[in-house]
Amino acid sequence: MRGRILFLGVLIVVACALPFLVSSYRTFQLTLVLVYAIALLGLNILTGYNGQISLGHGAFYALGAYCAAILIDKAGAPYWAVVPAAGGVCLVAGFLFGLPALRLEGLYLALATFALGVAMPQLLKYHHLEKWTGGVQGIVIAKPEAPFGIPLEADRWLYFFTLAVTLIMFVLGWNLLRGRIGRALVAIRDQHTASEAMGIHNALYKSLAFGVSAMFTGVAGALGALAVQFVAPDSFGVFLSIVFLVGIVVGGLASISGALYGALFIQFIPNIADEISKAAPWAIFGVFMIGFVYLMPTGVAGAIRLLLTRRRAQ
Amino acid sequence: MKTKLVCIGAMLAAFAFPAAAQKKYDPGASDTEIKIGNTNPYSGPASAYGTIGKTIDAYFRMVNDQGGINGRKLTFISYDDGYSPPRTVEMARKLVEQDQVLFLFQTLGTPSNTAIHKYMNLRKVPQLHVATGATKWNDPKNFPWTMGWQPNYQTEAQIYARHILKTRPDAKIAVLYQNDDYGKDYLKGLKDGLGDKARSMIVAEASYEVSDPTVDSQIVQLQSSGANVFFNITTPKFAAQAIRKAYDIGWKPVHYLNNVSISVGSVLTPAGLDKSAGVISTAYYKDPTDAHWANDPAMKQWQAFMKKYYPEGSLINAFSVYGYTVAATLHEVLRMCGDNLTRENVMRQAASMKGWRVDTLLPGITITTSQDDFAPIQSVQLQRFNGKQWELFGEVISGN
Amino acid sequence: MTLDAVILQVLAGLATGGIYASLALALVMIYHATHLVNFAQGEMAMFTTYIAWSLINAGMPYWPAFLLTVGIAFILGMFIERIVIRPVENAPVLGVVVVFIGLLVILNSVAGWIYTYTIKSFPSPFPRQPILGIHYISAHELGAIGVTLAVLALLYGFFRFTPLGLAMRAAAQNPESSRLVGIRVGWMLALGWGLAAAVGAVAGMMVAPVVYLDPNMMSGILLYAFAAALLGGIDSPGGAVLGGFAVGVLENLLGAFVIGNELKLAVALVLIVGVLLVKPSGLFGRVYVTRV
Repeated sequence: MRGRILFLGVLIVVACALPFLVSSYRTFQLTLVLVYAIALLGLNILTGYNGQISLGHGAFYALGAYCAAILIDKAGAPYWAVVPAAGGVCLVAGFLFGLPALRLEGLYLALATFALGVAMPQLLKYHHLEKWTGGVQGIVIAKPEAPFGIPLEADRWLYFFTLAVTLIMFVLGWNLLRGRIGRALVAIRDQHTASEAMGIHNALYKSLAFGVSAMFTGVAGALGALAVQFVAPDSFGVFLSIVFLVGIVVGGLASISGALYGALFIQFIPNIADEISKAAPWAIFGVFMIGFVYLMPTGVAGAIRLLLTRRRAQ
Repeated sequence: MKTKLVCIGAMLAAFAFPAAAQKKYDPGASDTEIKIGNTNPYSGPASAYGTIGKTIDAYFRMVNDQGGINGRKLTFISYDDGYSPPRTVEMARKLVEQDQVLFLFQTLGTPSNTAIHKYMNLRKVPQLHVATGATKWNDPKNFPWTMGWQPNYQTEAQIYARHILKTRPDAKIAVLYQNDDYGKDYLKGLKDGLGDKARSMIVAEASYEVSDPTVDSQIVQLQSSGANVFFNITTPKFAAQAIRKAYDIGWKPVHYLNNVSISVGSVLTPAGLDKSAGVISTAYYKDPTDAHWANDPAMKQWQAFMKKYYPEGSLINAFSVYGYTVAATLHEVLRMCGDNLTRENVMRQAASMKGWRVDTLLPGITITTSQDDFAPIQSVQLQRFNGKQWELFGEVISGN
Repeated sequence: MTLDAVILQVLAGLATGGIYASLALALVMIYHATHLVNFAQGEMAMFTTYIAWSLINAGMPYWPAFLLTVGIAFILGMFIERIVIRPVENAPVLGVVVVFIGLLVILNSVAGWIYTYTIKSFPSPFPRQPILGIHYISAHELGAIGVTLAVLALLYGFFRFTPLGLAMRAAAQNPESSRLVGIRVGWMLALGWGLAAAVGAVAGMMVAPVVYLDPNMMSGILLYAFAAALLGGIDSPGGAVLGGFAVGVLENLLGAFVIGNELKLAVALVLIVGVLLVKPSGLFGRVYVTRV
């Protein structure tokens, strides 16, 4: 336990030092890694811990991003306020979506969420909503500057802001998952009927899992919008949802640290693939995906866990 | 000996560019190299456009083989953004901040370019000859570092509108458009061009998504509106489907097709050449599959270029003529820059082209820019397909 | 809204529904064998269609090329199962799904690399002129529906009456007991993949003349086929075909008369999910009772 706290402490120190060691472009990339990590943690709560598959989490990411962009653009809200607002909206949206989804399992849930992922960009383009969403043109927003005259350039400031939110979200997720609620979610995933018999309110927990999961992803979406300074329907195609799913599987299902590994994968592997082959970058990306599943069927987090147990056993 | 050559070179340079005799460089330029950045979709659903990036790369390799531009080799760094705006932002920043390119060239897509529009202008790095036909790239007052290249969609649609008003004042127009910025730009142009009559003349509008398998249902919808003019705002695959379906169900309106899909080889041939007869469109560069240009020297040269530098490319792909032509435009801009390779001068030279042309452009089409006109190609020519090849008709029409 | 217009939309819907039906059939096949939905099914079909295109372009007549492609697809399917899927047999279900996604992007990208992204026309074996003077559904579309129904009948016969078909069904439903009676379950799985790939190849060759051949030909269709298969009942080949027609017609009617084209897909999907809420095993699927 003590080793773990030490490790986390070192990790946070490194995370704080990193932006001063690398260029502001790299800092921007690291910000995106943090953003994806939050989104993947959200999806992992739903799919990894609770066993409900989602092929449409990009929709909640988009919803969070648009909430942030619209609040800043139309209502002039400050950037730090839009992040919790986006989380709140997505919590409600996720919970509501989770209610009918309760009756759906496995493939049917996959289809329903897939449909959500496909429909979201079309909804964002819908001409009756154009007044707010900017339609196909999207919304351009300004980059937040460091407050109180702190001598930090915008990229680094946004990184620290994102890092703070990430820490809050991970602590929140950790508290949620290691306690009663987390055990209930896992129980529902593994033994549906038995958990009901033990007095767990399956329906409530499953909808809640949907809501909380959407909230995490929505917060990520809002931060992503701040980092990229632009939202448009084309940014949130169905492939984003699929990449999220790939991220949690490669990172490690039902693992908090897995979200971080998955985020590193979905942020950097496409770039590496592009460096390797201009002719067919997706082919390289696909080979990486299959390769990771081959070598680490339980994800990077699972492989590390295995490695540690083995070393301890020696 | 060497000094002598340099001397002569300097003298020549001084002669050609008296103002730019002194060498001046911004990041990305040196005595030996000019670094150019680019983003293109090499993966994902829009990969068809990736051909443009690959053609430009091939063109610059050819230029380097011929000794570069003013003695400098071109380094073309092109990244895959998968047509996703957040990735474009990331890649543009990589190009500007890490690879330190002199400027970005031909970044592709309206949403992708919108995403980096502000960034490029804040950084004062040229975003040159972007590969999209939106109107907003011609805004030198607010965005002095961004410039388009191709004729914009709205202007093109206005030209059709004028043609409709002139030839068919009683037209009942049906519109099929792709539900994105490109489709809506054309639609707006058509409505602007028709003016007060837009409301009464446009009797039906139907949109489609890029993910739709076919547009058959939309064509049937449009036909039942009783329209006698059809404005077809679609990308190649859907254009071919639309032309074929309209013919098959016996709908014979006057058919206007947007310039995006005029390739004989990859649109009209798949649709059926007989079914495409009578289609009206506009053009500004030569179509590699149009029999009209079979013996054209410029197109022969293009073919030789393709065979040598981009052999895996396709000789029927119009995107490769597009890429070749736009790369040739940049070639000229950089030649004009001489030894003054600052970002400011690149923009200044790009904005001082006077009636310049490359022979892959249609006869009569020229490139002209000025400090307050950032729209290089503004004129197009109407053409009608006769079942075998395109026939140009009328004058070269300027957008404004 | 005139009756005429409705009939025309229904006809056009049946034509596109035939497309969804043929791919849905391939999805059902793989589900039969593995109880998974193969997201790479559409790209496999696209890829084999390119093989057919190459054969025909090399001068082979249509039907021999057709049969040869189906054979190649069958072997390719078995090969993929043996080489790519077998090693992850024991990975979590979602791991297998990621492998499917990996296959999808690889096939898509490689096809684009080899054949470029320019659309190609693919020949149809059926006459060019519409049959019986109906203009709203082309001879090819009618022929494709016929081919899909023929494939359906063949599969029905195969699974119902041949020992191999029965063995495959047994292996899928109860691998343990099948093993005890001497069925080689592993090979049955591979056969299932081969069959699904072959059905997919037929689908690809029937779809390509309508939507044109390009590497992204199937990516839009996959979602419709998925919805169709679930609507019909994921374990029922006949249901999948009917589901395909239902989705095609529903989508067209919604787009033309109810909510417009912009949201037709979204609303169609909501309706389908609604049906599944009421009838979770699909319209024609069997209800399984599992023991806990």
